[in-house]
Amino acid sequence: MAKIIIPTPLRKFTANTATFETSGSNIKEAIQELTGAYNGLTRHLLDNDFNIRSFIKIYLGEDDINSLQKEDTTIANDSVISIVPIIAGGC
Amino acid sequence: MGQYKITLSGEAQTAIVRHGEQAFPFECCGFLYGHENDGRFVTEAMPVANNKKGDRRKQFEISPPDYMKAEKYALGNGLQLLGAYHSHPNHPAIASAHDLALAMPYFSYVIVSVKNGKAADIKSWRLKETIEKKFAEEKVAVKHMAMFSD
Repeated sequence: MAKIIIPTPLRKFTANTATFETSGSNIKEAIQELTGAYNGLTRHLLDNDFNIRSFIKIYLGEDDINSLQKEDTTIANDSVISIVPIIAGGC
Repeated sequence: MGQYKITLSGEAQTAIVRHGEQAFPFECCGFLYGHENDGRFVTEAMPVANNKKGDRRKQFEISPPDYMKAEKYALGNGLQLLGAYHSHPNHPAIASAHDLALAMPYFSYVIVSVKNGKAADIKSWRLKETIEKKFAEEKVAVKHMAMFSD
């Protein structure tokens, strides 16, 4: 099964679990499965229209899914999906 | 000041101050690693590149590949990724609306104010555990070292 890596700041919503195995066939299904298992994650990952928030990036291996087929990007059994928060700000 | 407290090792505090001063007048940024048992203790502050496209005197951004490396570094070294730091050149160490908008739960956001190239103050912020997105100031302690050199 494909593996989703949960970033440290969101692990409090996954009972401190760092990885989640998914049977989803694409990114959208994988994220749906993850948020279905851990409801508390939803508002941190998805906006009111259930799109991935602008300050969250999803990587498939080393590739930003925005450079692939976005949420329709197909995943394989050995895929590693990383949820990456954008760390940014300023004065 | 809220309920939160963060302790920086002397080495971590020095690394943050030095990075802020070296990067001036631009914003610096980096990650905070350590442990959280009875309290939050930062043993290591590691600089990363300010990847912001635009005015880096007022903004910073850490690239996703650098973020993924930070998670791997923590895992590989038995550390916890506790947050991030950045500088506010010629501005107070108060979290801005921009800082708040992009803040993640759990993380500590340490800010060093650098005035005319010299570190002047250091504060830390963490999101409150409320539905409304708000920062609480963390009480900052430094272990083993004076706060700032003259």
